[in-house]
Amino acid sequence: MSLAEKYPKEVKQILAKYPPEHKRSAVMPLLYLAQREEGYITKAAMQDIAHMLDITETDVVSIVGFYTLYHDKKEGKYRLQVCTDLPCALRGAEEFLENLCGNLGIKIGETTPDGLITLEAVMCLAACDKAPMFQTQGPDGIKYHEHMTVDKTMELIEALKTSTGEAK
Amino acid sequence: MTHVLLRHRDIPEINRLEVYQKNGGFEAFKNAVTKMKPSEVTEVVKNSGLRGRGGAGFPTGMKWAFIDNKNWPHYVVANADESEPGTFKDREIMESNPFQFLEGVAIASYAVGANAAYVYLRGEFWQVAAFLDEKIAEMENAGYLGKNLFGTDYSLKIHTHLGAGAYICGEETAMLESLEGKRGQPRVRPPFPPSYGLYGKPTIVNNVETLTNVPLILANGADWYKNMGTADSAGVKIFSLSGRVRKPGNYELPFGATFRELIYTHGGGVQDSRKVKAIMPAGASSSLILVDDEKVLDTPMDYASVRTLGADLGSASVIVVDDTVSMDWLINKTVHFFRHESCGKCTTCREGTYWMSHLTERIHEGRASRADVDLLLNVAKQMQGKCLCALGEFSTMAVVTGIERFRQDFDKAVKSNS
Repeated sequence: MSLAEKYPKEVKQILAKYPPEHKRSAVMPLLYLAQREEGYITKAAMQDIAHMLDITETDVVSIVGFYTLYHDKKEGKYRLQVCTDLPCALRGAEEFLENLCGNLGIKIGETTPDGLITLEAVMCLAACDKAPMFQTQGPDGIKYHEHMTVDKTMELIEALKTSTGEAK
Repeated sequence: MTHVLLRHRDIPEINRLEVYQKNGGFEAFKNAVTKMKPSEVTEVVKNSGLRGRGGAGFPTGMKWAFIDNKNWPHYVVANADESEPGTFKDREIMESNPFQFLEGVAIASYAVGANAAYVYLRGEFWQVAAFLDEKIAEMENAGYLGKNLFGTDYSLKIHTHLGAGAYICGEETAMLESLEGKRGQPRVRPPFPPSYGLYGKPTIVNNVETLTNVPLILANGADWYKNMGTADSAGVKIFSLSGRVRKPGNYELPFGATFRELIYTHGGGVQDSRKVKAIMPAGASSSLILVDDEKVLDTPMDYASVRTLGADLGSASVIVVDDTVSMDWLINKTVHFFRHESCGKCTTCREGTYWMSHLTERIHEGRASRADVDLLLNVAKQMQGKCLCALGEFSTMAVVTGIERFRQDFDKAVKSNS
């Protein structure tokens, strides 16, 4: 099913933001839409978007590859992305991530065996005064979690296990 | 002190439309549209001395006056990409005082004759964008956005647009490329956006904090604003304080407040009562200020004074580094950031950050010789002045000043027999 058939209202809203002769501008919001359900963008979805915007599939692929929040492979249902950049690192982010790895029994870049969490180290998330912090990227969008401890993170993961992930 | 930008700290719930209205909200925009010519609005902003808060410090009114009136339509793009490590002020403004920011966008749009404005937010600000969408809808319903505003023939729409995780999109021409649905890679300049911007049309790109100043400048007058701050740096600034301080956070102060005031009076001093070793006043892009003398802390924080310390104030994201930190570790961090964020368009930055990262890693891991430190300095200096945009330049700042001002840290980190 094409994106326009699946999400007619959203696609219409997105296209209305940009001048009709510059509809290529809609590629980024459309990619987020395509990624919503599975957490990654399929080749078919990229073809669909290219067709919708009159650009080549290569254009779309290059955009997916350029930006870090688009994914072309299935990973955990939630990506837990810990900021380890300089300001956070000065406030204990690296130790936090190391301890979190230990608790989850996975390394950075790996996914928990139940497929729920993929753990990533990412660049600055503009929350330097609230370190350690991370964002979760999942079916319900991107959320910030600030002033975190390993215990609080493990509680959050427990809650994500039981949530359907559809709730707003 | 009463805040100009972080007004939510004085006025609870100013992020609700009726509260914002009760406190004079949208009066400046209405007055501009119904009683002033666009050029008069620009003139007030010019006279206020307001300079861009994204880092470059370019005079805002002058930028608006550069808009090419022979080529239409015009656009305004608000830069809400906030990605400099150490900067977290724009998010607080958008979450807590959103209408003042949006009114600033609206006034800027009127001043340059734009009927459409985009707020480009970094992709991680997903929740902030959804919140702004609600606020924009409230403004439309209340008649502050849409067609024939206040009974005039002026119309304006504001849209949000989410990036998707790329620091380089904070560079204004990369942002415009991204908004056009392309990879966010900077354009060769000139031409600059006021003549060739979004879709090749005249465009003004301003930072969130810059725009948030505008409604109160119009309401209170240019002189009111100019009387705050210093001669070369008019007005107030939000200082994002992070690193090894007791109370990190955003502090709105007039330009000219000292580092000591920020770090000790507001930030509660250094953690564990350690000594300040270095300050990065402009985030990861910053030169490292050597604090070998307590007097350095008494330097006023304004564009000109910070320059006398061999650094730039930039976006005023003040990262405090104490004496437990070794600079070989620190520059390894910043260089890895820039290597990751280099867009790959120009060879100098793409290759330079790659090779610098190999050297900083080797030095930090104790596998390097003295010659490697000299080589790193050499590579960094060779990059300077040869990059397509500021990102490549910025990647060298902490490296060069780190090695030149803290050489002893590198001597300790290299193999002792080298």
